[in-house]
Amino acid sequence: MQQPTYYEEVLRKGYSRRDFLKFATMMAAFMGLEGTAIGQVAKALETRRRLPVIWLHFQECTCCSESFIRSSHPIVADILLDQISLDYTETLMAASGFQAEAAMRDTIKRYNGEYILCVEGSVPMEADGVYCMIGGKTAMQVLEEAAEGAKAIIAWGSCACSGCVQAAKPNPTSATPIHKLVKGKPIIKVPGCPPIGEVMAGVIVHLVTFDRIPELDNLGRPKAFYSKRVHDTCYRRPFYDAGLYVESFDDENAKKGYCLYKMGCKGPVTYNACGVTKWNGGTSFPIQSGHGCIGCSEENYWDNGRLYERASSFAGFGIESTADKIGAIALGATTAALLGHAVMTNVRKHKMIYDLEEEGRADEQQLNAEP
Amino acid sequence: MKKKYLHIHRLRRVYVWELPVRFYHWLNAASIIALIITGFYIANPLALVSHQEAAFRYTTGWVRFIHFAAAYIFFFNFLFRIYWGFVGNKYAGWKQFIPTSKRFFREMWQVFKIDILMLKGKEYMSVGHNAMAGLIYFFTFIAFGIQCLTGFGLYSVTSRWWLPRLFAWVPSVLGGESMTRQIHHWTMWFFILFVVIHVYLVFYHDYIEGRGEMSSMGGGWKFIEEEAFIKDHNDEL
Repeated sequence: MQQPTYYEEVLRKGYSRRDFLKFATMMAAFMGLEGTAIGQVAKALETRRRLPVIWLHFQECTCCSESFIRSSHPIVADILLDQISLDYTETLMAASGFQAEAAMRDTIKRYNGEYILCVEGSVPMEADGVYCMIGGKTAMQVLEEAAEGAKAIIAWGSCACSGCVQAAKPNPTSATPIHKLVKGKPIIKVPGCPPIGEVMAGVIVHLVTFDRIPELDNLGRPKAFYSKRVHDTCYRRPFYDAGLYVESFDDENAKKGYCLYKMGCKGPVTYNACGVTKWNGGTSFPIQSGHGCIGCSEENYWDNGRLYERASSFAGFGIESTADKIGAIALGATTAALLGHAVMTNVRKHKMIYDLEEEGRADEQQLNAEP
Repeated sequence: MKKKYLHIHRLRRVYVWELPVRFYHWLNAASIIALIITGFYIANPLALVSHQEAAFRYTTGWVRFIHFAAAYIFFFNFLFRIYWGFVGNKYAGWKQFIPTSKRFFREMWQVFKIDILMLKGKEYMSVGHNAMAGLIYFFTFIAFGIQCLTGFGLYSVTSRWWLPRLFAWVPSVLGGESMTRQIHHWTMWFFILFVVIHVYLVFYHDYIEGRGEMSSMGGGWKFIEEEAFIKDHNDEL
């Protein structure tokens, strides 16, 4: 049976053409395309057969799926994910057990080299992978099988991109991100915990519209969504430049909406679209709600220091020690050592200095003796 | 009070630090001090109270501007010094900083014994900086390099100029900007400790050796004992 196009599915689900075009416009805007590209997006969705998708879940909390199905436009959930695009996903598919496994094998075989593999979660490598088993197979086996014939792989969320919380020190299960396990396939990283639903939809629509993977930065993230820091798109940025900061969460400055930099906001080191696209259909994002960014789309953000402080602990010196504390102690120790050295110099080098002066005195006498 | 003066006829006045080296030294010192002060502010801004609207203020903006401007001066100054290490006089040459001979290590051991352990022993006779100082300066050059890499790496995203953009790969190699920022901050402490020890040792050598160590970075000349001068001169030949 030939796959229906996205547009056919949209109509079948009872959406009007107007809804469809609104959706195409919205997606083009999210992807940062110019106005003329709206037609291209609409045309692609009208003519292209749907992409077969296998969506795997490993070590994760399913917040990526949750985020995706709550994208601001219902067509995202209804068409891209829920109804048509998923041949296999543990969370949302109706089938179970052998049926489900058969569906996956079927897709892998039938659409070999055509399907998109979406991976949510990291893969545990410790103890032969026993920490995550599905249908009697380890996560790694499932991944290998599915990645073999995939056209491209999308790593959803921080788990699949960098391991997220389960990979935080000491990483007991050896949770490993996808790009370290699969080689030779284009991998699109869509980090975030979870990524923004519209960003996820944007990546899929890009694949459908242009039939190639979006332009990626040097970390493998789509440039359209991850090229700016949250800090640079933050509406509180003027307070940062002005030097006006929240000093504690219940102070007057917090009420005035000053910058959360000193409350440990990770906006200045975090690349994401939160400041532009926002969350829950553009309602708000953490900073707008008065809470600093925790940097959830950055690599190893669990190990990159404290959430509510700018200073981070100094590796190897205990969690309470910041670089400045260690530095101040080292400075004190250095000063004490130098003072000791100065005293010792006067004691031990006394003779040397004395000799030097004696020599000078002898010279002096010689000089005076000369006529 | 008794006047104290001495005549030492065995000294030669040697031009050790050329003008570009001195210029580099003080420009470097000034930019590092500016970078440390503004760097501390950027890491933990002061709690300012103001009744002005944010639009009328640019405090952190200016501090950051000074930091970046000083960073550019520091960077080009550093590049210039590397260049001068190849074309300057022998006291400025790269061989003063990188151990290339047995003699370098022997002198380091002598410095360690005499200046740090304060033991008696054969005095080292260097005219420029001693071998130990040379190696420490080499470490500072590495620290300069780390600060340039991490600093411009962090800065690159806010710039469209190709020069800082050359460093855009740094944060991704170090595992994100958060880690890059931390390394940048840790390395700064090396500079602070270095400055304290460096200034102390200049006083120390000036006091002990009476060669005019302190003024040498002003005028470039040092008073060198005849014996050391001849040894140094012979090495050259």
